[in-house]
Amino acid sequence: MAVGPSAFMGVAAVLFSLGLYGVLTRKNAVMVLMSLELMTVAACLNMVTVSRFVTPAEMTGQVFAVFAMAVFAAQIGIGLALVLAVYRQTGSIELSSKKAT
Amino acid sequence: MSETVSGPVFAILAFACIGGAIGMLSARNTIHAALWLSEVMLAVAGLYLLLSAEYLAVVQVLIYASAMSVVVLFIIMLTLREREGPVRMADFSIGGGILAGLTGVILYMALADRGDRISAMPVEPSGTAALGELLFGRWTLPLEVAALILLVSLVAAVWWSREVDS
Repeated sequence: MAVGPSAFMGVAAVLFSLGLYGVLTRKNAVMVLMSLELMTVAACLNMVTVSRFVTPAEMTGQVFAVFAMAVFAAQIGIGLALVLAVYRQTGSIELSSKKAT
Repeated sequence: MSETVSGPVFAILAFACIGGAIGMLSARNTIHAALWLSEVMLAVAGLYLLLSAEYLAVVQVLIYASAMSVVVLFIIMLTLREREGPVRMADFSIGGGILAGLTGVILYMALADRGDRISAMPVEPSGTAALGELLFGRWTLPLEVAALILLVSLVAAVWWSREVDS
C-alpha cells in the first residue's frame, strides 16, 4: 500500500481544522494558544510533505519549516507572556468579555 | 527510482495525530489538553521521519513536544485559580464546528488536487548534512533574522511577564 502526498495533506487538513475549531470555540486563552500550535504544526507538515515529494534535493520546504518553527516558537512565547500579564492585571484568562473586567 | 511510505506506520501515526488532537479539544482538564498536545507533536515528529526530514523530527521533539509543553504547563499552573481548578465543562459549538469542517474540506480539496498529480515519491538524495549546508549557505541571512526574532521575543517575554510593583 503506497501512501501518496494526498494522505499527508489530509492529515494536515484535519489537524488544521481541529485547531481552527479550538481557536474559534475555546474560552481559555491557553487553550486558544494550544490550538494555534496545532494549526501551525499542520502548516509545517504540509510544507515538509510538498518539499519531500516535489523538490527533495533543494529541500526548500524543510528550510522554510525551520524558519516557520522559529517564528511560531517566538509567537507562543510572547503569547504566553501576554497571558501571564493579562492574568496579573485582571485575575482571569477567560476570553469572554463578561468576566474580563 | 522511487520510494514508498510504509502504509501501516503511516496509519498508526495519522491515527495518533488526529486522535490526540480530538483528545486535546475534548479534554475537560487544561493540563490533560497540554499532554494530549505533546502527544500530537510526537506523532507529527514520526510523520516527519516518514518524510525523511530527520532534523525537523528532532527539532519537533525538542521544541514542541518538550520545551513548549513545559512552558504551557507552567503558565496553566501559574494562572490557576484556587477555587476553580483546571477542570471545566466540555463546551461544543455547532457553528464553529461547521466553519472549521468546511475550511478543512476546502483545504484538503485544494491541496489534494495538486497532490494527486504527484505519482511517486522521489528518492531522497541528501539528508541532514545537506540541510545544514543549505541553511548556512544559501539561507544564512534568513537564519540570522530568525535568530534575531527569537532573541527579541525572549526579551519581550521577559519584559511582559515581569512583576509590576505598583
